[in-house]
Amino acid sequence: MKIAVTGLNATDNPAPGVHVIRSIKDASDFKGSIIGLVYDSLDPGIYMKDLVAKSYMIPYPSGGLEPLLERIEHIHRKEKLDLIIPTLDSELYGFVKLQPKLNKMGIKSFLPTLENLNIRAKDNLFKFCDDNQIKVPKNFIVTSLHDLYSLSSKLKFPVVVKGIFYDAYIVNNFEEALHSFNKLTSKWGYPIIIQEYVKGDEFNVVGLGDGTGRTVGAVPMRKLYITDKGKGWAGITIDDKVIIELSQKIIEKTKWKSGLELEYIKSAETGEYFLLEINPRFPAWVYLAPSAEQNLPYALVKLAFGESVETFSSFKVGTIFVRSSWDLITDIKTFEQIAAHGEISV
Amino acid sequence: MSNFNIPENIAISESGFLFLAGTGESFTLNQIGKEIFNLIRTKSSEEEIIDSIVNDYDIEKSTVQKDLADFITQLKQYSILIKE
Repeated sequence: MKIAVTGLNATDNPAPGVHVIRSIKDASDFKGSIIGLVYDSLDPGIYMKDLVAKSYMIPYPSGGLEPLLERIEHIHRKEKLDLIIPTLDSELYGFVKLQPKLNKMGIKSFLPTLENLNIRAKDNLFKFCDDNQIKVPKNFIVTSLHDLYSLSSKLKFPVVVKGIFYDAYIVNNFEEALHSFNKLTSKWGYPIIIQEYVKGDEFNVVGLGDGTGRTVGAVPMRKLYITDKGKGWAGITIDDKVIIELSQKIIEKTKWKSGLELEYIKSAETGEYFLLEINPRFPAWVYLAPSAEQNLPYALVKLAFGESVETFSSFKVGTIFVRSSWDLITDIKTFEQIAAHGEISV
Repeated sequence: MSNFNIPENIAISESGFLFLAGTGESFTLNQIGKEIFNLIRTKSSEEEIIDSIVNDYDIEKSTVQKDLADFITQLKQYSILIKE
């Protein structure tokens, strides 16, 4: 079995690929090899010993799907891929569109549906939560500077100013809001989401839905250490039925297919969970799940191959991850293989 | 400690390391803190806790009363001690 996985940029804002691979390789009955699909010749996952059998450069889906498909065809001719697991938000729409063609080539995948991807988009999330009695911070969708000025009298500071795909800033007055608004529109475009600020602690859940509404597994985590980019650098699995049931409800209502990460904030005032985001792929901290006895990435592999997967009913509470930074050493000859020839075996 | 209880998903190690499984928080208790915690868990009354500490340690009763009140306030604040 050959599985191709994207997102090997395990940097200070890490992609999930390396951790998805590590999870799959930990499964005792996994017999196969992993091919890394990378966007940059310096993606650290390329140089990790015994992680992937081989890595190939691929073009960004935003550069057009044809070049990406051609590249995958080329890799497939050499490697005979059985499954592709894309792990980045920004490539999912592209891979969903390519899915029928990949299927024809004999390459399986287990991706969210287009409906799944559309529900979780920040501007649709509020309506979804409202329709399903799920607490969510109040949202204003802003599509122009004029909209922002019109809102100024309604805003109760602090508020969170968020980009459509990434980045969020907590601002304390209208001037700060304007500054963040300009920063985000120049980077990510419109719309911008102005969100009510809920004071509390952050909790995240990694989950897997089989597409019928069933939650195959879900592991909740509290961030113990957060970087200045808002990324969890350490976390611990927790025992909280409320957050599990809420996550199961979201997976059921969306008929979620594939891995996902649910981001919540627990109100310091009321103790209620507010859903902040649905990320349509496993998070970078996904290795905490198999470590807590729910190997969700490997369960996804089984689902992709049409095997039946039992629902995980428990996990090990108090399992901790602590991320580390580690310099990998390589040489110019090795680097040349990927930088100049687009493929490499380490 | 009438009307108050320690939730079952709070674990304490022999050395006094507290783990709140519901929130992932952890705290370290000293020897006396650990003893008080265990006495609360076995449903001892406030008076019984004070007597036990006064007997085991050479401390004035009034000091124990004051410190216990502070400690209980902290336990409530961190949701280690909650209303039944």
